[in-house]
Amino acid sequence: MTTNAAPPGEVLWEEFIPGGCHWSGVVRRGVALRLTDVEGGTNGAMLIFNHEERFERYNMPDTLKSQHTAVLHKGHVLETDMGRVIASIVEDTAGWHDTVCGVMDDATLAARYGERTYATHRNDMTRSGKEGFLKELTRLGLGRRDLHANVNWFAKVVADAGGGLHFDAAHRQPGQFVDLRFDMHALVVLSTCPHPLDPAPAWAPKPLKLTAWRCGLAPADDPCRNFRPENARAFLNTERYFAQ
Amino acid sequence: MLEESTLDPSRATVDEIVPAGAPWMKTIRKGQIFRILDLEGNQAVDTLFYSAADREERYSAVDTIQRNGNLYLTVGTKLYSTEGNVMLTIVADTCGRHDTLGGACAQESNTVRYALEKRHMHACRDNFMSAIAHDHTHGIEKRDITHNINFFMNVPVTPEGGLTFEDGISAPGKYAEMRAEMDVVCLVSNCPQLNNPCNAYNPTPVRMLVWDPS
Repeated sequence: MTTNAAPPGEVLWEEFIPGGCHWSGVVRRGVALRLTDVEGGTNGAMLIFNHEERFERYNMPDTLKSQHTAVLHKGHVLETDMGRVIASIVEDTAGWHDTVCGVMDDATLAARYGERTYATHRNDMTRSGKEGFLKELTRLGLGRRDLHANVNWFAKVVADAGGGLHFDAAHRQPGQFVDLRFDMHALVVLSTCPHPLDPAPAWAPKPLKLTAWRCGLAPADDPCRNFRPENARAFLNTERYFAQ
Repeated sequence: MLEESTLDPSRATVDEIVPAGAPWMKTIRKGQIFRILDLEGNQAVDTLFYSAADREERYSAVDTIQRNGNLYLTVGTKLYSTEGNVMLTIVADTCGRHDTLGGACAQESNTVRYALEKRHMHACRDNFMSAIAHDHTHGIEKRDITHNINFFMNVPVTPEGGLTFEDGISAPGKYAEMRAEMDVVCLVSNCPQLNNPCNAYNPTPVRMLVWDPS
């Protein structure tokens, strides 16, 4: 697949999130969201909640251990703490997405990039990933208690034998995208603040484009459903939840 | 990294046995030293920490990984909170590596990982639910249950990004010891998982010791 392939469905909406900003929105079951790294070098820090029962959320350890992976790529699903698939990676031109490094907070950001406040820089002020998450969560009636491990879309962080972490800045390329099919009604929270281990010396956060389209539900021969037997069982849990 | 402690168990102010598959909850004060001892070997101890002053500040696996620049926990590792504060520091470790990626087993995750029929096997998150349901002091609810530490569990990540559950590197008598840097509530599930090697297919008791600052 080329990096500029059109989404395979009727586009519902498109939105552009500037670098260093934050966003939240509801994405319904059967809708897909494409995240595109327009310029190369973006970071899409994402939390996902069940929109109907918000104390159910994407769960990093459950997702990783059931698929025997520490990173996410095409074929993987994102599971909630209730054993259900909330989203599936149906297409992916990046091939490696970080799950374990979290986001920067204000103090870490200021120590690394210096402080740019609204008073001095207006809307070019710095906004940390954690602060972005907190603003979106609080706006939605959630808050600090709902902070947990996020996915960092487009970030490749490799572990050495001793567990030391190394950020692969060259991995990100302009035009890379990842397509998420939402298998439950989801509340999506995003920050485009740089990855906490990104060694870039200067503050230059990159934008992210969101494209939503109607993709329908996972068919029986869906590659994500059949990626592993664990995934098939997680889909069964999701389908029982929506059974009526 | 291996480092032994010089503390004398006979001088501990807390010395309790957590039976196989049981929960445990205790407040540990700033400056106290907390030891988790693997009595019979290869026992995963699923552990969460909350600020005693503010349940909304709690152990954060991702902040701990990010700020230590490392996936594994051992001597010198600082355990960070969601607010970026150091909650505890690991000061002794005779095992050498502890996990914070593997999370806690749950009835729901067991249905995914093993079989829908495994739902009714005892699981760590049931221990967490039980402990917080009966605790009326701290106000911890399901929403506050986050990604935990698995003391004595060996979950290596490969350079290709694979996650493997290996046989434990712990053994009878091995321990991890940490100094509390703030008042914390410790919530533990002594893991009852029987479906994978995290407990060597034989969940066993662990010993919890707390010393006052010397």
